[in-house]
Amino acid sequence: MSRARMMKLLPWIVTPSLVVLIIVAWQVIVTALNVNPFIFPPPGDVWAAFVSLLNDPRIWAATGVTVSEILIGFLIAVVVGLVVGVVLGKLPWLEVSLRPLIVIAQVAPKVAFVPLFVIWFGFGLTSKIVLSALLAFFPIMLNVLLGVRSVEQGHREVMQSLNATTWQRFVQLDMRSLQPYLFAGMEVGIVLATIGAIVGEYLGGNNGLGNMVVSAMNALDAAMTFALIIWLSILGLVLYLIVNELKRFFIPWHESVYGLRTATA
Amino acid sequence: MSNEALVQEVTPVTASTEVPRLRIEGIGRDFHTRSGVTHAVSGIDLTIQRGEFVALIGRSGCGKTTLLRMIGGLLAPTAGSIEVDGRPLWRGNGQVDSNAITKLGFVFQESNLFPWFSVLDNIALPMKLRGVGKKERRRRATELAELVGLGGFEKSYPRELSGGMRQRAAIARALSTEPELLLMDEPFGALDALTRERMNLELQRIVLETTSTVVFVTHDIPEAVFLADRIVHMTPRPGRIRQILPADFAKPRSVDLQTTPEFNDIVRKLRHDIDEED
Repeated sequence: MSRARMMKLLPWIVTPSLVVLIIVAWQVIVTALNVNPFIFPPPGDVWAAFVSLLNDPRIWAATGVTVSEILIGFLIAVVVGLVVGVVLGKLPWLEVSLRPLIVIAQVAPKVAFVPLFVIWFGFGLTSKIVLSALLAFFPIMLNVLLGVRSVEQGHREVMQSLNATTWQRFVQLDMRSLQPYLFAGMEVGIVLATIGAIVGEYLGGNNGLGNMVVSAMNALDAAMTFALIIWLSILGLVLYLIVNELKRFFIPWHESVYGLRTATA
Repeated sequence: MSNEALVQEVTPVTASTEVPRLRIEGIGRDFHTRSGVTHAVSGIDLTIQRGEFVALIGRSGCGKTTLLRMIGGLLAPTAGSIEVDGRPLWRGNGQVDSNAITKLGFVFQESNLFPWFSVLDNIALPMKLRGVGKKERRRRATELAELVGLGGFEKSYPRELSGGMRQRAAIARALSTEPELLLMDEPFGALDALTRERMNLELQRIVLETTSTVVFVTHDIPEAVFLADRIVHMTPRPGRIRQILPADFAKPRSVDLQTTPEFNDIVRKLRHDIDEED
């Protein structure tokens, strides 16, 4: 078998094997140590809870709520992050003067603001969207900022020798050069947006998947809590894969896409 | 404003008679560093007629690239004047004249192709910036890809091409606006010797087909003698012209030229004079 074929097959062999191994180890530990299923349910119980979860109409309504929060928050983060990143990247004096504030805002534990968001925006979707957007904003903005500053000197000189206008340089060069950076920020951002929405629902919600997790915990239903975590993981994976697919569509020329394609082709 | 209009009216009339393609007078460039002022280029006079191929040669630091960048509108001179077709390239304030710079085509040492564009879109970029319609752009770019030997690679990304092919694409891009003057900064410097020899033959063919005027920077003596009508030998500190040697060989030139005594006389003289600088 060729090396390239191996590379393509490898994840399809390794991942299922590992999953099976983890489930077997899980069952063995739970049985051998005789763990109370209230504390750590065996895989069979979790699977049963997962199946009942998928048959419960509430899960779809809750998923709809949570996904809307994530997507709206993420979209706001992309638009605002792109604009702010470009402006700060293009105006070094502004970036330098705002840098201390940006760093403080970035390191501040934003989850701590949830009670305030609830006071300001209520228990509905808005407070979760705000947290989602806020968490996803920073990696996107900072990556875009880096992208604007990383335009190759040689490319700039090409535009200079072609007597390109400022606008043409911006559209044909800056905006193109920063695309890989934007997508790098988006890949981190979609994960954080998901966390934002769910944490928001944990702390101040009466709807959505985070709220269902809290209900299951309050009912001491560990198996259901696990089942919901698995569902949330699947959701997170799907959202991440969508962003990844967008990247493959928009920047097929970039090393991160092209290199992988040729390595596994 | 009225001055500007006057120049535009006068230029074509005089250009059709005997205004040289490029006239450089007393050009100089100083760089201010912490240790003081460096005269990178000083007091250069050079006139290039249309259809001429001129090579700039010299050791590193002789100012040949600095000179080319000033001719290309990328670096403002600190003294002297440059005229393209009788039109001053640099305005007093260090700004480049946009009518003069559009007559130029620049090929860099690195191809500097945009990785997000296909070969065709890279070649068409200068036309896109000038507002040439999409259909016309594609037609011209396809022709140019053919001219530089990239037929069949129009849809490829630059990363899929070899170094030599990337430089072919960069040359096609520079030619796409039909420049009056083609400026090349060691375009084959990063290529291996065999590819380089082929690229020299290709460049000669392209220049003859397009009747271009070329200023070509290199540190390779045989390359300069093989390609150029005149070889401008520059010396460093400050960058000045030491001598200008003609290489009057019939064109197109074949690789066999490089084994003739006449060719090697020029190569030997240049090598001797450059060695002597120390």
